[in-house]
Amino acid sequence: MFEGYSLGDLASIFVMQGFAGLILFSVFVLMALGLAIIFGQMGVINMAHGEFMILGAYVTWMCSQIFQNYIPALFPIYFFVAMALAFVASGALGMLVEWALIRHLYKRPLDTLLATWGLSLILQQVYRSVFGPREVGVDLPSWMMGSLQLTDTIEVQINGLFVMSLTVVITVVVAFLMFRSGWGRQVRAVVQNRVMAGAVGIDTEKVDRLTFGIGCGIAGVAGSAFTMIGSTGPTAGQLYIVDTFLVVVFGGAQSLLGTILSAFTISQAQSTMEFFLSGSIAKVLTLLGVVGILMLRPQGLFVLKIRR
Amino acid sequence: MSTDPTNPHRPDLLRRRLLMGMAAAPFMGLAARSAFAQAPATAAVNTTGLAVTDTEVTVGILHSVTGTMAISETGSVQAEKLAIEQINAMGGVLGRKIKIIQEDGASDWPNFAEKAKKLLVNDKCASVFGCWTSASRKAVLPVFEQYNGMLYYPTFYEGLEQSKNVIYTGQEATQQIIAGLDWVNKTKGAKTFYLLGSDYIWPRTSNKIARKHIEGHLAGGKVVGEEYFPLGHTQFNSVINKIKLVKPDVIYAIIVGGSNVAFYKQLKAAGIDLSKQTLLTISVTEDEIDGIGGENIAGAFACMKYFQSLDNPNNKAFVEAFHKMWGDKTVIGDVTQAAYLGPWLWKYTVEKAGSFDIDKVAAASPGVEFKGAPEGYVRIHENHHLWSKTRVGKARADGQYDVIYETADLVEPDPFPKGYQ
Repeated sequence: MFEGYSLGDLASIFVMQGFAGLILFSVFVLMALGLAIIFGQMGVINMAHGEFMILGAYVTWMCSQIFQNYIPALFPIYFFVAMALAFVASGALGMLVEWALIRHLYKRPLDTLLATWGLSLILQQVYRSVFGPREVGVDLPSWMMGSLQLTDTIEVQINGLFVMSLTVVITVVVAFLMFRSGWGRQVRAVVQNRVMAGAVGIDTEKVDRLTFGIGCGIAGVAGSAFTMIGSTGPTAGQLYIVDTFLVVVFGGAQSLLGTILSAFTISQAQSTMEFFLSGSIAKVLTLLGVVGILMLRPQGLFVLKIRR
Repeated sequence: MSTDPTNPHRPDLLRRRLLMGMAAAPFMGLAARSAFAQAPATAAVNTTGLAVTDTEVTVGILHSVTGTMAISETGSVQAEKLAIEQINAMGGVLGRKIKIIQEDGASDWPNFAEKAKKLLVNDKCASVFGCWTSASRKAVLPVFEQYNGMLYYPTFYEGLEQSKNVIYTGQEATQQIIAGLDWVNKTKGAKTFYLLGSDYIWPRTSNKIARKHIEGHLAGGKVVGEEYFPLGHTQFNSVINKIKLVKPDVIYAIIVGGSNVAFYKQLKAAGIDLSKQTLLTISVTEDEIDGIGGENIAGAFACMKYFQSLDNPNNKAFVEAFHKMWGDKTVIGDVTQAAYLGPWLWKYTVEKAGSFDIDKVAAASPGVEFKGAPEGYVRIHENHHLWSKTRVGKARADGQYDVIYETADLVEPDPFPKGYQ
């Protein structure tokens, strides 16, 4: 497929292709981080993860409408406000859901699958009733659109760069919270041994609620960011849920590092194969690869030793 | 907050409609009485036990108002209800008011079949307006054939189907595709095409027809790439890079649903300028642009039979009535218009046949014309598809299309095209 192209052309295509892989990687990490916290740390199979993301997307859409109509002067920076609000909205909904639904199911992890799946259907219909069944278009400030011309033939997408930096920031914040803060220490203690953690005076209920809320909040930020590259509609969350679980399970559910590495592996494999083969085949081969590896290593790429 | 967009009795619209109704009331009585006087006896127009009384005839509307497809099918429901309301205001069909029974397909194909059976067997509907995806149509087809019902199907689709029990009011693939390819070949001198699609029957069949036409009928025509993506795919950067590498004259895109939004946003972000790179699509109507965002797709060309901006008196009246009923911001896409044709074509066919009987309606269908069609003029072909013009529109940043080309004559529907299979 490369006959008739100059070396320079090919080089720049490969640079851009590498960049495409990195964008996909960031998207995967952003999707999966929230779920990795909820599924990995708490053992809750949250099928409504996509709907928490879409809540973030709708918050972003509402912000764009409000800023456009009432404070157009601040429109160029509305996206940052929107992301913060998306975090708060999804996080608050997450904590409410944890209190009303999830906390009764900690001893029955498989039932969380059914309960959150039901929740996802309810949320979809709520979005449909409130925002209408049609997709909404989120307007972006002009500085976030288009691409940077690095050389004559190499262009990188600005929204891609934005997603990448956002991913880095959120990953660093999560890593800091998890491994350096008091809350993180408590979460890890609860994951390792819930009863013992309770016995030494950790309020496990509070830790659970906060963890679930933060996981959902991150999903909301991800959803907010994805309005730049994807669609915002009542069922758009379903577009992400399979890939999200794929990344988390493949990485080894309890390991945040595993999630990141698995996102990297899957995204690079997929984007390379997409380039040389075609979209559908790339997806098939990726899934086959993941299934194959999980057959050999059912616990995923990385395993934490925990006491059961 | 909760307003059902397919319910015309929303409080915000009710007041305006009440006023309208009151103004029209004196005349309505007259019209109804005179129409009733001519109405033929029920026994004569309904020999097979359909739900037809002396004053009423029952029809079904079967679309998804919940689930993924609600995005697309809402417009069709709105158009069908508008058409039925207008027909009723004119005195109905054979002097009988149309009563609607609406069922929700819920984006689930077996469910469509079940609801179709309910509408035909329990409710004895004289006709059904519904379905959107090919999958749902395929699911209900055996039901309509077994229980002898009449379905008016609005979506442009892949062809390769014909039934006594279905009238296809959207275009089949060759009507939509060939004129557009010829146009882009002539006016842009386009020779190389990159075909893209979502991975299911409609884009694959359509691209097959497109490929045959490009390679067999266009001077120097060549397909330089053909690729499909799973439904719901959201990452197109790799294929966009490939497109940058091969630099086709035309990107021919048949991507649907949420993927559509991702594709055009990423195309724009990747710096592909649609004013320089020709892109021709047959899957983006004004409805889809709502989600994509006009600025992301401005400059692209779409090939279908109807655009909201179409400049003719029929369409002006239609758009005005539609906005009055459903709000000013609602956009009208190709399929919405095709759905609007359904009730009208049925009315004219019933009046031509002088009967509601399904067999007589099916037999009377060929040749029935609708001169008030927003798209201009349509006529039913022997094969139960419509003769219609094909048009090319150029997307504007405000989400509407400028119509820049239309075929001189009506294009003959050809659901089983020879040499294209």
